[in-house]
Amino acid sequence: MQIPYTVEARPDTGLPNPKLGIWLFLASEVMLFGALFSSYILLRVSAPAWPHGYQELNVPLATLNTVVLIASSVTMVMSWAQLKMHNLARARMYLWLTVTLALVFLVVKFFEYGSHFAAGEYPEHSTFLAIYFTLTGLHGLHVLGGVIVNSYLAGPGAAMWRTEPEQYTNRVEVAGLYWHFVDLVWIFLFPALYLL
Amino acid sequence: MSGSGGEDIKHHVKVYKAVFTGLMVATVITVGVSYMRLAVLLAVTVAMIVATVKGSLVAAYFMHLKSEKPAIFWLLMLTASFWVLLMFIPVLMHLDSFEIQAQR
Repeated sequence: MQIPYTVEARPDTGLPNPKLGIWLFLASEVMLFGALFSSYILLRVSAPAWPHGYQELNVPLATLNTVVLIASSVTMVMSWAQLKMHNLARARMYLWLTVTLALVFLVVKFFEYGSHFAAGEYPEHSTFLAIYFTLTGLHGLHVLGGVIVNSYLAGPGAAMWRTEPEQYTNRVEVAGLYWHFVDLVWIFLFPALYLL
Repeated sequence: MSGSGGEDIKHHVKVYKAVFTGLMVATVITVGVSYMRLAVLLAVTVAMIVATVKGSLVAAYFMHLKSEKPAIFWLLMLTASFWVLLMFIPVLMHLDSFEIQAQR
């Protein structure tokens, strides 16, 4: 059975179902991260004293990760652009580049977490570290999710290009929307946690 | 992305590269300003303005919101209104705690 509206737009919404689906999911994600961001503000303004992020955390490493994640957003959108130009090989190369950059981000985060744990700085150490680990941990899980989806699309999932090129292009676009959202969340987390 | 023919894609690629440069410049500004050790309120304002500009660039160009269908726009407006409400909760609770302290 053919699933309807995977490529063509539904007459009532004017959008293919995957596009509307990912935006509804992202709307729920906005509320998820929004609730945690709101908690961060509440904890910070209610605390008698709050450390500056740059005193507690590694700003150069986080800056590197910001550059890495923004670069990965560019490679992701370039992958979609290559598919639009009917160049699967280059699209897959950009997808693998996105996966590599995401793994670089996670490795840097691993070392960052490692240095905290080595110093005995666990979430229970302070309210600041508790919200820091919660926000960056949840974000890290989203990065991991992106690695899994993009690896599938660059690897076995790319077989769809031979039979359903438009549907495959849409899948990459939808995965890209998710990935750019992950980048967008980091763009706000970076100054809020590390620089203020 | 709606309304993107193959002919437009090369132009899009140029735009993506320009946006990448803009995001890099904005990152340098964010980090640079943080080293100026401004007062907290000013530092928060500057950091959030730069982050909003960066986020808008990502949403408008990489996520193609600039040319997206109205259904997505209205969905996001609804989400944004709830998000703003969510951000006001800490402010209201903070004001409430001030009032309780003032009554004591």
